[in-house]
Amino acid sequence: MAVAEAVTAGTPLRSNRRKVVRRIVRNPLAIAGLVVLGIAVILAVFAPWLAPHEPTETHLSNAFAPPGTAGYLLGTDDLGRDVLSRIMFGLRASLHVALLAVATSLVIGVPLGLIAGYFRAVDALISRFTDLVLAFPFLILAVGLAAIRGASLGNAAIAIGIAQIPGVIRIVRSETLRLKSLDFVSAAIVEGAGDAWVLGRHILPNAASVVIVQATVAIPAAILGEAVLSFLGLGIQPPAPSLGTMLSDAQQFASRAPWAAVMPGVAIMLLTLAFNVVGDSLRDALDPKASRR
Amino acid sequence: MDFVRRYLLNRLWQSVVTLILATIVVFAGVRALPGDPALALAGEDRDPESLRAIRQQYGLDQSWIVQFWQFVSHAVRGDLGQSIRTGEPVRTMITGALPVTIELSVLAILIASLIGVGAGVVAAVRRGRPAEWAANALALLGLSVPNFWLGLMAILYLSVALGLFPASGFVPFFTNPAANLHHLILPAVILGTGLAAVIMRQTRSSMLDALSADYIRTAEAKGLPPKAVIGKHALRNSLIVVITIVGLQLGALISGAVVTERIFALPGFGKLTVDAVFQRDYPVIQAVVLVTATAYIVINLLVDLLYSVIDPRIRVRGDA
Repeated sequence: MAVAEAVTAGTPLRSNRRKVVRRIVRNPLAIAGLVVLGIAVILAVFAPWLAPHEPTETHLSNAFAPPGTAGYLLGTDDLGRDVLSRIMFGLRASLHVALLAVATSLVIGVPLGLIAGYFRAVDALISRFTDLVLAFPFLILAVGLAAIRGASLGNAAIAIGIAQIPGVIRIVRSETLRLKSLDFVSAAIVEGAGDAWVLGRHILPNAASVVIVQATVAIPAAILGEAVLSFLGLGIQPPAPSLGTMLSDAQQFASRAPWAAVMPGVAIMLLTLAFNVVGDSLRDALDPKASRR
Repeated sequence: MDFVRRYLLNRLWQSVVTLILATIVVFAGVRALPGDPALALAGEDRDPESLRAIRQQYGLDQSWIVQFWQFVSHAVRGDLGQSIRTGEPVRTMITGALPVTIELSVLAILIASLIGVGAGVVAAVRRGRPAEWAANALALLGLSVPNFWLGLMAILYLSVALGLFPASGFVPFFTNPAANLHHLILPAVILGTGLAAVIMRQTRSSMLDALSADYIRTAEAKGLPPKAVIGKHALRNSLIVVITIVGLQLGALISGAVVTERIFALPGFGKLTVDAVFQRDYPVIQAVVLVTATAYIVINLLVDLLYSVIDPRIRVRGDA
C-alpha cells in the first residue's frame, strides 16, 4: 500500500484527483476546516443581507453593550456599532484582500517560475529579482507603498502580493526543473513541440498541484497581513470595517469592553486556522509519502 | 577548498548585486512620490528660500545619475539626511532605535528556539501519543494566531488584569537589566510564537528523518541508550534547523517586530517606521527602508555562510 502510493506521488494531478479527494474526505480535521471555511465564505459573501445591522451604523445609547444583549449577539463597541455585523463585513474585506494579493502573486510568480526553471539563461536574472523582493520585508514594502501611493485596501493587497511573489517563483521553478527532466517532457521535445507548447501543455498542468498547495499557505498569510496593515492604519481606512481596524479601535477601550478586542481576533484565528488545516491535509493528500512520516 | 571559496565568493557577489539593486529601488521610490520631492521633503515649510535650499541639499537640480551618486556616497558615510519633523539627523534616530529592536528580536529567537526545538523533539519521540498531538495542535495554533492580537490579549489579561508584566514602555539594559528584561519578556514571547511554530514543525520532521536513518539504528543496535541517541542527534540537528528557519523567517520577524513594538509602545525601529509614515517624514522612511533591506541582505549572507560551515552538504546547493 505504502509503496504503491509512493510511486504515484510524483504523477500528474489529474489521474490522482479522485484519490486526493478520498483522502481529504476521510480526514475529519480537514472536513472541520472546510466547514469553517464554508461558513466564513457564506458570511462574507452575503454579509449585506445576513448582517443584523449596518456595519458603520452607530447607536450611541447602546455603546459597550456586552455580548448577548438583545439584537447584539456579540455586543457593541464604543460607538454602539454591532460587533457581529462588523466582523461579517471584516471577513469580506479580509477575503477580498487575500484573494487579490494571492492572485497578484500567482499572475506574476507562475510565469516567472516557469521561465526560470525552463530557460537556464534567464534563471540567474530571475533569481536576482527574487532576492531583491525578499530584501524588502512585507511590512517595509507596505510602508513604502503607503508613503508613495497612500494607505488603502488595494495598496495593502499589492504589498502583500508582491511580498509573496518570491515564494511562488521558487516553488514553480523547482517543480519545472523536476518535470523537465521527466521522460514525457523529453518525448514531447523530441517530437518537435515548441517551448510554449511544452510549458503550457505539459509542465503548467502538472505543476498545478504545487501551486494550489502554495496558495493554501499564501491565503492565510495574506489574511494575517491585511489584519496587521489595517491594525497599523496602513490598510483599509476607517470607518470601513476590517478585522484589523476593529482591533486597533478596541485597543483604546479594551478594559471596558474586552469582547470588542477578543471577537475580531477569534474570527481571524478561526479563519486562518481553517485555511492552515485544509492546506496541511491537502499537502498530505497530494504527497502521501510526506504524510507517512 | 577551491570549491568552497568559489561558493563563498559567488554568494558574496550575489549579495552585493542585490544591495545595489535595493539601493536603486529605494532611490527611485522617493522620486516616485507624487509631485515635487522638494515639497514633500520640506513638509510644512513651503517658502521658496528653504525649497531652494532643499533642492540644493538633495541635489534635486542635478541629473539623476549625479543625484544617485550623491545619495549613495552620503549613505555610505552614514549621512542619511535629517528628519523633516524634528531636524534631527536620521542616523541618530536609527542608532537610538535599533538596539531595542535587536534585543527584542534576539530574545524572541532564543525563546522560540527553546520552545520550538523542545516541542519538536517531544513530538518526534512520542509519535502517535497525546504529547505529539498536543505539540502539533500548538504549532498549528501558533501559525494561525495573529501575534498582534495575542499581544493585545496578553496586555489585557496578564498586564492590566493581573499586573504580572508592564503593559508598555522600555528601560535600557545598562540602566537596569532586570527591569529591561521584565519589560521585554512578554513582547519577545509574542513575537516568537509564529517562529516557534515553524521551528517545531521543522524539528519534528528532521528528527523523524534522523530517527529512521541507518546510523541511528546502528547506534541503537550497539546498545546505546535511546536518550543518548536522541539527545546527541537533537542537539546537532536543532542548530541547523534554527539557523535555516531564522534565515527563511527573517522578513516575517522584522515585520513582526514592527507590530509588536507598536502594541507594547517600545521605542524601537518599528515605532520609528510607523511614526514616519504617519508624519510623512520622507527622509526617515527612505532611510528606514534602506537600512532594513541592507540588514536583511547582510544577515541572510551571514546565515548562509554559517550554514555552510555547520553543514558541508549545503554548499552544493549554491551551484545548483
